[in-house]
Amino acid sequence: MAAPLTLLLIVAVTIRAVLFRSSWAELISERVEVVSPLNAWKRVVEGLALLDLGVSPYSGDVFHETPFMIYLFHFVVDYAEIVFMVTDGITAVALYLSIQTYNKNVFRKQKYALESDRYPADCLELLRSPKEMFYIPLKVAMFYLLNPFTILSCVAKSTCGLNNAIIALFILCTLKGSALLSGILLALATYQSIYPLTLFAPALLFFLQRLYIPVNLRRSSFWFFTLQYAFIYVGSLVVITGLSFFLLGSWDFIPSVYGFIFSVPDLTPNIGLFWYFFAEMFEHFRLFFICVFQINVFFYTIPLSIKLKEHPVFLIFMQIAIISIFKSYPTVGDVALYMAFLPAWSHLYRFLRNIFLVSCVLLACSALFPVLWHLWIYAGSANSNFYYAITLLFNFGQVKSLNLISHFT
Amino acid sequence: MGLLSDPSRRKVLTGLLTRLNTPICIVCYLAGIVWFMGLAFEPFTLRTYMSENAMGSTMVEERFSSGERALSLAKEFDAHKRKAGGMPVEWLVKAMQSRGLEVFTQSFSRKLPFPDENKERYMVRGTNVYGILRAPRAPRTEALVITAPCSPGNTNNQAVALLLALAQYFRNQIYWAKDIIFLVNEHDLIGTQAWLEGYHHTNITGMEYSPLQGRAGSIQAALSLELSSDVITSLDLVLEGLNGQLPNLDLANLFYAFCQKLGVLCTIQGKLQRNDWDTAEGYTHAAQTMMLMVLKQACGRSWGDHGLFLRYHIEAASVRGINSFRHYKTDATTIGRLLEGMVRKLNNLLERLHQSYFFYLLPSLSRFVSIGYYMPAFGLLAVILLLRVSFPGLCHCFSVSLQPSSPGVLTVLTPVVISHLTGVALYLLPVHLQEMAVEHFPVSETEAVVLTAIAIYTAGLALPHNTQRLLSGEGTEQGWKVLKLTALLYLAVLLGCTALINFSLGFILAVTLVPITASITPHMPKALYALVMVLLSPAFTILYCVFIYQELIEAPVSVSEGWMLFLSVISQGILDHALYGSLVYPLLALFIYPCWLMFWNILFWN
Repeated sequence: MAAPLTLLLIVAVTIRAVLFRSSWAELISERVEVVSPLNAWKRVVEGLALLDLGVSPYSGDVFHETPFMIYLFHFVVDYAEIVFMVTDGITAVALYLSIQTYNKNVFRKQKYALESDRYPADCLELLRSPKEMFYIPLKVAMFYLLNPFTILSCVAKSTCGLNNAIIALFILCTLKGSALLSGILLALATYQSIYPLTLFAPALLFFLQRLYIPVNLRRSSFWFFTLQYAFIYVGSLVVITGLSFFLLGSWDFIPSVYGFIFSVPDLTPNIGLFWYFFAEMFEHFRLFFICVFQINVFFYTIPLSIKLKEHPVFLIFMQIAIISIFKSYPTVGDVALYMAFLPAWSHLYRFLRNIFLVSCVLLACSALFPVLWHLWIYAGSANSNFYYAITLLFNFGQVKSLNLISHFT
Repeated sequence: MGLLSDPSRRKVLTGLLTRLNTPICIVCYLAGIVWFMGLAFEPFTLRTYMSENAMGSTMVEERFSSGERALSLAKEFDAHKRKAGGMPVEWLVKAMQSRGLEVFTQSFSRKLPFPDENKERYMVRGTNVYGILRAPRAPRTEALVITAPCSPGNTNNQAVALLLALAQYFRNQIYWAKDIIFLVNEHDLIGTQAWLEGYHHTNITGMEYSPLQGRAGSIQAALSLELSSDVITSLDLVLEGLNGQLPNLDLANLFYAFCQKLGVLCTIQGKLQRNDWDTAEGYTHAAQTMMLMVLKQACGRSWGDHGLFLRYHIEAASVRGINSFRHYKTDATTIGRLLEGMVRKLNNLLERLHQSYFFYLLPSLSRFVSIGYYMPAFGLLAVILLLRVSFPGLCHCFSVSLQPSSPGVLTVLTPVVISHLTGVALYLLPVHLQEMAVEHFPVSETEAVVLTAIAIYTAGLALPHNTQRLLSGEGTEQGWKVLKLTALLYLAVLLGCTALINFSLGFILAVTLVPITASITPHMPKALYALVMVLLSPAFTILYCVFIYQELIEAPVSVSEGWMLFLSVISQGILDHALYGSLVYPLLALFIYPCWLMFWNILFWN
C-alpha cells in the first residue's frame, strides 16, 4: 500500500504548492473561516518579530501560541510552507497507520466472535472482509489530504495543521499500545489547546480494553493503570509547562494562551458559536455564560464514555468532533480532522437515513459563508445576523451528522 | 426531524413525492413565474417612504437662482472643451479656484484588454479635476460628492456648468456640516474608478493613477449629474450599479420627495408613473418598468457614473435630465434647487444611509417591492431543483454510490473536471488569444475576442462525444444519475448564492435553466432535447434578454441588429470585468457554463 499512499502524498503536495504560489494564498490566509486569532500565521509572524526585538511575544495581546510553537518557528520560519505541507503529510500517514491498526484489531475481534458463534444470523451481511477493508486506510488518508478544508487550512498556514498532526500522532500511539508515548503526545496536544484534555478518557478506555483490565471502579487493577496513565499524562504536562517557562523566562504564556482560550475576549466572527453571543451579552452575565459554554465542551465526555466504553476508538472520533464544534475558536481545519475518520465506518452507511440531507446542508453552508461575509462586510447590505445564521446552520448540520453517526453503535 | 424519522409517515411522504413529483415541479415553476409577474401589480407593492429620521423632518426653502448663469457657463465650457480637444483642465481649475474651492487634479491611464468599439477607445489617458468645499464650522470627517462627467461632443456641458454654479452658491452658505467634493471626471466610468481607487488607496483593477493630493474624509453619499440640454422635461433616476448593487432606497425616496415638492416630472427607467393600475395598460406599464430594472440589474453593468461608488459602501445615484416632447419644461434653476435640496438633506445625515432597504425592485418611483416579497419567486424555482434531488431514485443511488465497491463517484469526476476546464478556457482564452486570432483572420481585436468566446462556447457542445471515450465506466444507469444529482445540487447552490448577491441575475438564470435541467435524462429524444437545451443555454438567454430589453425601451431591433448588439454585449461584459471588476462574466464562464455542460453530458450519456 505504500505506492498509492506515496502517489496521494505527491498529489496533495502538488496541489498545496500550486496554491501557495498563486495569488489566492493571501486571500485565503485572511478568511475568518480558515484562521482564528489563536492560529493565524500573521500573529505568529508578529510574535516572532516581538521576540526578535527582545520583548515578550505575549505583550500587546496579539500572539496566542505556546512557547514551543514560537521556538519551532523561530528556526523554520523561512521554510514555513514546507513545514506545513510536511505536517499535513505526517497527519495523513499517522491516520493511515492508525486506521490500519484499528482495522486489524476489528478484524481479529470479528474472527474470534465468529468462531465462538456470537453473531446472530441476520448480522452476517455486516461482517467485513479483508478485501473491503483493504482500501479504508488509504481512503482515510485521502479524505484528510484532499479535503478542501485541509487544503485551505494548509495554504493559509494556520497552526491548526500542527495541532491536528499532534492529535493524529497521539491516536497512532494509542492504537499501537504505547501508553508512554500516548500520554506524552496527549500532554503536548493539551498544552497546545486545552480541549484535547477530554481525549484522556477514551485513550484510557482503549488501554484498559487492550490490557484486558475490566472497567470496574472497585478493582485495584483499574485504579493502578489509571493512576499510571494519569501520572504519565500529568507529569508530561508539568514538564512541558515548566520547559516553556524556562524557554521564555516568564509565566506570561499562561494567561495569554489558556486565559485567552477560556475567557474568549476576541470576538472576531468565525464558524463557531461563541462570538455572536458574547458580542451582545451584558458584562454582568459574561462570566456565567463563559462557564456554561466551556462546560458544554467538556461535559459530554462523561455520558459518552459511559455509553461507548466498549468502542474507545469511536469515542475518540466523537470527542474530536465535539471539540471541533463547541470549542471557542474553531476553524475548518478542526472540522477536516474528524471528517477524515468517516470512511472507517463506511460499511454502515446504509443505516444513515438522513445523511444526504445533512451533507447537502453542510456543503451549501460552506458555499454561503463567503457570500454572506461579502454581503455583510463589503456590500453593507446584510449584517452579522445573516452570517451567524449560516454559522448556526453549519454547526447544526455538524451536530446532526454526529447524531446520525452515533447510531452506529 | 420527527417527520423524517417516523417510518410510516416517511413512507407516505416519499410516496407522495414520487407520484406527484413532476406535477409539483410544474406547479412550482408556474407559481414562481406568476409570483414574479404579480410583483408589479400595484396592490401587492408598498408605497415608498422616508426611513431615515435625520432626512425626514425639515423641508428647507431652496434659494438657488443662478440657473441662467449656469447656462452661459455651459457655452463657455463647451468652447474650451472644443479648443482643448478633450477636458479643459486649466479652465476648470481656474473656474473652481475662483469659486473658492480647493482644487486638485488626478491623471490616470489604462490600457484596455482590447479596443472598446462602443466608445472607440483603447489606450485611455485622462485627468480628473475635483474641488473640495470645506465645511466652515465642522470637523472634516465626512464628505458628500457631486459629480458630472466630461463627455466628448455636446453632451453634459450643462451638467458641468450647473456643478460650478452650485459650487459658487454653496460656498456662500454657512450650514454645511460635511465637506462637499465637486468632481468632473473624464472618460466616464474609467475616470470615476481611478478617482475612487485613489481616494480609498486601493488598486483592484490595475489602473495607473497619480495619488490624490487633497482628501476630504469618509464619503457618505454621492450624486452624479447628467444634463445635456438647457431645458428639460423630466428627470430620470438611475440606481443600478456594478454587479447589480443598488443604493439605499432612501436615496430614491429623497429624489422623489424633492421632485414632488418642486413639481418636476420624474421617471425611472425613462418611464413615467401611471395612475391606472387596475387597467391592463397600467399593469403592463408597471411590469415593463420592473422588467427593465431586472434586466439592467442582471447584466451587472454600472448604468451611470454612480455605480462604482456603491462598492465602497457610498450610497450614490445618477440624475439624468431628459428633454422630450412635452409641453411643460423645467429650467436649470429648478434643477439646481432640486440638487440643493437633496444635498442639504444629505448634509443632515448623522450616519450612513442604512435604515431603508438595500434590496428592492421598483415598478415605479413611488412603489417598491422588497426582498421579502420577491425572494419567494426565486425560492419556488429553486425548490424544483431540490424536489428533483430528493426524488427517491436519485437519493437511493447516492447512498449506494457511497459503498466502497461501486465506481459511482469517480465516473462523475471526469465530466465535472472537463466541464470546468472548458469553463476556464472560455474565461481565459478569448482575451489571451486575440493577437493570434487577428494574425490569422481578417477581424478586429474586439471581434476576435467575442468570436473566440462564441467558438469556445460552441466547441464545448462537442465534448460529450469525446469524453465518453475517456470514461471507462460510462453508459451505466448509475453513472448518469450520480452526475445529475451532483449537477442539480451544484446548480442549486450556485443559483442560490447568485440570487443572494444579484437577485435579477439569479432569477433570469433560474427561469431558463431550471426547466431543462430538472427534466433531463439520456432517454429523451436526443435531437429535440438538444435543440431545446441549446436554445435555453446561457448564451441564448443573453440574446433573448437583448431583444426583450430593446422591446421594452421601445426601440425594437431586427435580427441582424440584435445579433450585433449581442456581440457588443459580450465584449462589454468582458471589458467590464477587466476594467471595473464586474463578476457577471466570470460567473457565467467559470460556473454557469460548466454546470450547463454537465447537463449536456447527461443528455448524451450513452
